[in-house]
Amino acid sequence: MNDRIDPADRSRRRLLALAAGAGAWLAVRPARAAPDDLAAAIRMYAGGADVRGGGVTLDVPELVDNGNSVPVTVDVDSPMTAADHVAAIAIFNERNPERDVARYTLGPRAGRARVSTRMRLATSQTIVAVARMSDGSYRSHAVDVVVVLAACIEGDV
Amino acid sequence: MADPMKIRATVAGDATEVKVLMSHEMETGQRKDAQGKTIPAWFIQSVTAAWNGKTVLSAQWGPAISKNPFLSFKFEGGAKGDKVKVTWIDNKGETRTDEATIG
Repeated sequence: MNDRIDPADRSRRRLLALAAGAGAWLAVRPARAAPDDLAAAIRMYAGGADVRGGGVTLDVPELVDNGNSVPVTVDVDSPMTAADHVAAIAIFNERNPERDVARYTLGPRAGRARVSTRMRLATSQTIVAVARMSDGSYRSHAVDVVVVLAACIEGDV
Repeated sequence: MADPMKIRATVAGDATEVKVLMSHEMETGQRKDAQGKTIPAWFIQSVTAAWNGKTVLSAQWGPAISKNPFLSFKFEGGAKGDKVKVTWIDNKGETRTDEATIG
């Protein structure tokens, strides 16, 4: 007579079994891949939105002698009014130790959506400029660059 | 204290072009010294440019920006004699602000 399980205990057992099953499911779920490649970095910046080409010009020499100091200019075609302007510009790279190079925040007060700087390039790779427009759309331009003397080499340069 | 920035701002038509040259090591954190120890990263993280007290551009940088960074941008509405102020902050919390007059 003692082997009879009362209903409350039965439901407790079912709950335990369910919890164990859920735990197993969590354990077998694949670990999320680290967003360490260029496309993932851009996708993260755009928050999943479509990134289209056109309207952005990334001006960078295609053959670079010295990767320690590469001039880059991003020019975005925009009237820069309160209703239609470039909100932000980001520069990404493919093969430096970090995908992010720089992010710029602009506004209609900027008047011109154009920024220049100098960056390091570890090796020959693709550089991508992404512009976030005020309407939430994203535009990009990619350029392949060949680097002769790489940055990030050991010793002083 | 870091060396002062060189700032040049000129009016061309209805736009003002600003060129800034900062003095900073921009250590990447990738290099090693003679003993094989990694030299810690030390770079400018944030740059803000203001014209007449209003921010016209802000930048977030990583160690991929070259040593002694150069920055150039344009904005509309500046007039001769106006002030352009540029501030940077590095990842050690050091900061420097310099001002130039639009010429």
